[in-house]
Amino acid sequence: MSSSFTDRLLGRVRLGGLLGLAAPLLAIVFAGLVTSIILQLTGNPPFETMKLLADYGAQPRTIVMIINLATTYYISALAVAIGFRMNLFNIGVDGQYRLAALVAAAVGGALVLPAPLHVGVTILVAVAVGGLWASIAGLLKVTRGVSEVISTIMLNAIATGFGAWLLTTDRLAVAVSGSNNIGTKPIPPSGQFPGFGLIPGTQAKVFGFVVVAALLGLAYHILFNWTRFGFDLRATGKSESAAVASGVNVRKMVLLTMVLSGAAAGLVGMPQLLGASYSYSLDFPTGLGFTGIAIALLGRNNPVGIAIGALLWSFLDNSSDILDLEGIPKEIVIIMQGTIVLSVIVAYELVHRYRLAAEQRRVSRELSAGASAPEGVAA
Amino acid sequence: MLRTHASKLAATTAMGAMLMAVAACGGSSSSGTDTAAPSASSASSAAAPTGAKVGLAYDIGGRGDQSFNDAAAAGLEKAKTELKLAGTKELEAGAGETGAQKEQRLRLLAQGGYNPVVAVGFAYSEAIKKVAAEFPDTKFAIIDDAAQGPNISNLVFAENEGSFLVGAAAALKTKKDHIGFVGGVQVPLIKKFEVGYTRGAQAVKPDIKIDVKYLTQPPDFGGFNDPAKGKTAAQGMYDSGADIVYQAAGGSGGGVFEAAKAAKGLAIGVDSDQALTADAGVRAVIMTSMLKKVDVAVFDFLKSFADGTVKAGATTYDLKAGGVDFSATGGQVDDIKNKLDEYKQKIISGDIKVPSE
Repeated sequence: MSSSFTDRLLGRVRLGGLLGLAAPLLAIVFAGLVTSIILQLTGNPPFETMKLLADYGAQPRTIVMIINLATTYYISALAVAIGFRMNLFNIGVDGQYRLAALVAAAVGGALVLPAPLHVGVTILVAVAVGGLWASIAGLLKVTRGVSEVISTIMLNAIATGFGAWLLTTDRLAVAVSGSNNIGTKPIPPSGQFPGFGLIPGTQAKVFGFVVVAALLGLAYHILFNWTRFGFDLRATGKSESAAVASGVNVRKMVLLTMVLSGAAAGLVGMPQLLGASYSYSLDFPTGLGFTGIAIALLGRNNPVGIAIGALLWSFLDNSSDILDLEGIPKEIVIIMQGTIVLSVIVAYELVHRYRLAAEQRRVSRELSAGASAPEGVAA
Repeated sequence: MLRTHASKLAATTAMGAMLMAVAACGGSSSSGTDTAAPSASSASSAAAPTGAKVGLAYDIGGRGDQSFNDAAAAGLEKAKTELKLAGTKELEAGAGETGAQKEQRLRLLAQGGYNPVVAVGFAYSEAIKKVAAEFPDTKFAIIDDAAQGPNISNLVFAENEGSFLVGAAAALKTKKDHIGFVGGVQVPLIKKFEVGYTRGAQAVKPDIKIDVKYLTQPPDFGGFNDPAKGKTAAQGMYDSGADIVYQAAGGSGGGVFEAAKAAKGLAIGVDSDQALTADAGVRAVIMTSMLKKVDVAVFDFLKSFADGTVKAGATTYDLKAGGVDFSATGGQVDDIKNKLDEYKQKIISGDIKVPSE
């Protein structure tokens, strides 16, 4: 019943029953407490601040913005989580999605195809580029033993340079008329992913890509819990030597997982590209891959947990401006996000330890009862 | 096994922490400054209408960069006192945010009754088009961008013309016929500075040697806010024989000045008159600055709003309009000032055309 800290951290050890509920509750209470103290210390009323956040978050337009940004975060966190499941730390989601979005935007902007095909090809290109870029780190690991942490961080930097080289008017970019911005040629309507007016009371549309993200979460669940591949992957993550002994080709698994993680990362930029900006320009959002790491930890690699984490993160990100408008430093939001991640880690660890101690007590009680019983018989 | 996991985890956590630190650094504590309405102003001058409530949205960095954003802030400060503004609100972008978040920032300002709303930087281009359409009665202005709309004023600059003059100054002053240019981020906007500088230098000395270096490439905009990188880049140029370096690198420029001081070389400032605004210790090495009068543009726009004469479309701040210029603070360019003024007149009259790319 022993488990390493990492196993517990990455949600590979399940908590059952009431304890499973206790951990997130404890985390929320703890995070709320710490944030309140910080707000109080910086001279802002905690209760009013929270109310302000809640009121703003409940407005129809804000809800749409929260869902849309969460869609992006969700895919990013899933991409990270795929690696986490077998102890692969793909820090390179950031570079993978940026490069994938750039190339996909260029292809999508150049193509003339009927609507569903156009979207499909663009997405396929993104997935392929993301997977390919991640496979470099995978190959380096299986052939040369290079730590994927190091190689993916470096590949992020290379992706930045490579992307900047591609995004010039000599290559993939066109000047945005009259602006200092440059971007890829806008994707025509046939290649755009339609949104829908899900939330009443606002004209803002929810990204159609939210459906794709949900399907991706479902696929993630099925892959890891219902397939041979998923079993092999989890087994390799838990104990490499045991996996080897039972006939798993670990090298193949490492490469495949890395490619899979990169392919998912390729989709990270798609909600924004196909649902909002239709072009990859200088101000395309960056750093989503790093947010994904935090959210994967927050969601404990569980598809539902990640969804909740992504929504929470997106809510906080979107609310920062209302704080700024009311004269409360918006950096409070970053502190909240950090506190929540730490709270979740600490809370789960505490509950795990409590369970372990309770179990040990129970076992020792049973043992002592078992030991005394025969004596009684003998006497 | 546990050890390797732990170290990997440590790396991940460290990355996260660094990321958060970066994000935290991105915001300055002065954001969200709220100035209460000077209620007494209506009493003091009974006829004067209550001034406007002005909203200002910065891109990443905000106040405190001693350069571009600070210049915009200076224009607002001036307007605050001279135009008796009823209130101001400054909001600032976060790192890596989406266009939707930029839109929402402008929308919040417009919704909050702030009129006019000024967007600082081309990153607001798409956002301002959408939000301006939603609030037809609010006046919007955007700096460095030509986004079109019936209620959008564009405050654009001819950075290439101002840079031409400081390029000529560098070529006139250099003793080694070797000068340098440090750009913050390799984007079209900064390219305009480089092109103007190069043309200006070559107009004086056709075969002058010019080192060009950009600190970062998009989407990494850290080059506008990284003095250490600026210092290293400039040091390399001085070491290889350059004696004057022009920086168009926002907050990284401070590093260029430090390198100039260490190498006993000279440097050229940007946007503001940096011989007055840079750290006191390095002011002596700043022989001139390319002035991009964002403060004037912001103030002019706010004044036109107060006068009810706002016009949509582009207002170009070039040499002719006095929107860009070179500074003579410190007297280091006094000996060549006549020549520079000559070039200035030629550009104004159209005898010299400075390309922008």
